[in-house]
Amino acid sequence: MTETPQKDRGLLRIDVDECKGCGLCIEACPPKAIDMSEHLNHYGYRTAVYAGAGCTGCGICFMACPEPGAITVLRAVMATAGVVPAMNTGIEGAAHA
Amino acid sequence: MSSELVQDYTVVQGRAKSFYERFERKPELQHQTHFCPGCGHGIVHKMLARAIDELGIQDKTILVGPVGCSVFTYYYFDVGNVQAAHGRAPAVATAMKRSRPESIVIGYQGDGDLSAIGAAEILHAANRGENITVIFVNNAIYSMTGGQAAPTTLIGQKSTTTPEGRRSLTEGYPMHVSELLATLQGPVYIERVGLGDNKQIAQANRAVRRAVENQVKGLGFSLIEVLSTCPTIWKMSAVDAQHWVRDVMEQTFPLGVFCDRTKEARPRRELEAAPSLDRIPGLLGVADQELPEAAATLSEAVQAIDLHVRVAGFGGQGVLLLGEVLAEAGLDAGLEVSWLPSYGPEMRSGTSNCHVRLSSQTIDSPLVTSPGILVAMNEPSLRKFDKSVRPGGWVIYNGEEFPPDCVREDVRVLALPFTQVAHDLGDARACNMVMLGALLEIAKGLPQASIDAALGRLIKNTKWLALDERALTRGRELFRGSFPEV
Ligand SMILES: Cc1ncc(C[n+]2csc(CCOP(=O)(O)OP(=O)(O)O)c2C)c(N)n1
Ligand code: SF4
Ligand code: SF4
Repeated sequence: MTETPQKDRGLLRIDVDECKGCGLCIEACPPKAIDMSEHLNHYGYRTAVYAGAGCTGCGICFMACPEPGAITVLRAVMATAGVVPAMNTGIEGAAHA
Repeated sequence: MSSELVQDYTVVQGRAKSFYERFERKPELQHQTHFCPGCGHGIVHKMLARAIDELGIQDKTILVGPVGCSVFTYYYFDVGNVQAAHGRAPAVATAMKRSRPESIVIGYQGDGDLSAIGAAEILHAANRGENITVIFVNNAIYSMTGGQAAPTTLIGQKSTTTPEGRRSLTEGYPMHVSELLATLQGPVYIERVGLGDNKQIAQANRAVRRAVENQVKGLGFSLIEVLSTCPTIWKMSAVDAQHWVRDVMEQTFPLGVFCDRTKEARPRRELEAAPSLDRIPGLLGVADQELPEAAATLSEAVQAIDLHVRVAGFGGQGVLLLGEVLAEAGLDAGLEVSWLPSYGPEMRSGTSNCHVRLSSQTIDSPLVTSPGILVAMNEPSLRKFDKSVRPGGWVIYNGEEFPPDCVREDVRVLALPFTQVAHDLGDARACNMVMLGALLEIAKGLPQASIDAALGRLIKNTKWLALDERALTRGRELFRGSFPEV
């Protein structure tokens, strides 16, 4: 078995067709792991893009974003425990989903 | 944490189940809302959808949407949806909750909707302590219509109707809805939250959920005011708008809980459900009567009926009853009918009038602005409406002398002292029925049986019923005597 590459606790998926490029998630993200794209999407908006690293899976950007599904936040499942690590997200219910 | 332990990722924040998968409002980009980039409505929608998800109430939630930028709630939320007229969401929600107590009824309103045109509705719904939840999105402006001032517009804030900025001298002060409603005894929970930063958003989430949960527990009226953003009308970037909520709006509208009676509140006893439709005749005391049934096939004579009638007179002359009997008879005959009383400021004295339509076709408007038949029970009423009678029409006038200056070449007139005729029959007040008798001779097709049925339903007193029947007959005779050829 090959060694797993370095992974973050969180992962961000942004639907570039739904994103309207308002930038609220970029402002909200505590570790500043979201950038604005250089190119335009199908609709003519620059969109948010995950910087590729640094996401802690806190979920704060999700609630700052006005679009229902532009952002999906994922969190690491630990191999040993098989559970999602608990975190204080400041958002009630963040651990449900 | 050792990175090697990370095995997989699982979704912790994603699209709420209470949103439709596709929004069919427009043909493309059906997963995107219609809101401008950065609009606070989108954020509040997500809070509400998540609360509905978490409380597991999607199948029993009814969302009452407003007029304003958030008018399309029914395109987004996969729950029961009603879209109320401007400002009326609390009244609609009241009806919904009372007739479906097991439903969770949530009103969603903007600040123009709730605090301007709908100020009375929210005040009384709160005062009655209706067991509903209201999400009040305050962006300090009318956005949908392009940025007019709202009652919540800040002092100095520019809008299209306060181009120099709001001044208290002319526009009054920003209305503090939460504080105002918190003075009432009805509400159980009122909190103002904001979308000004991450912390505020987290608190807003909790508050929205709590307000819905209060209803699930049956506690009573809850309202959450959300200081929200409108980057478009405020002419700011989404991020600047967010900061403006925290740095400026909050100065005028402090955040916090203004009323919390959730501890003392007992789950409200459910109101008795509204009576079912089949019980209504019994409650109205008309259970034993045969109600009209729509005739499957209308006779040719009935089918030809197309009446535009205006009846006018002094209050107390039976103007409205005349129209009612006519409409009720039409209904009995299987026709489409409308009866529209119009008493305006003269309700107590002076003139009153009503519009009556009978037709075998769908009635487009209940207003009769150019009647085919005018029944004028006195001279002022004649003078008010004589010009409006359509060419080829009729005037039935209560008076021997038809005023010469009201004569028209293209209108036929039956002018008789109907009050005197009724008096001679037994009571001057039966004048309206004598005139109706004459009218029925013009509107020939209406079967006598339908007229009898209508009288039977509307005239309860047997003495009066007998007199009215005589009066109708007399009216028919008088008409035939004057116009034997018609
Ligand atoms: C009876 C009626 N009066 C006026 C209007 C025009 N109108 C539409 S939306 C609106 C104001 C909406 O403002 P607000 O409730 O603050 O919602 P926002 O658009 O800011 O979200 C008005 C006056 C209407 N549609 N119906
Ligand atoms: S908050 Fe949402 S819409 Fe705005 S830039 Fe981020 S992902 Fe796009
Ligand atoms: S005008 Fe303002 S309130 Fe309306 S959708 Fe755009 S940002 Fe939202």
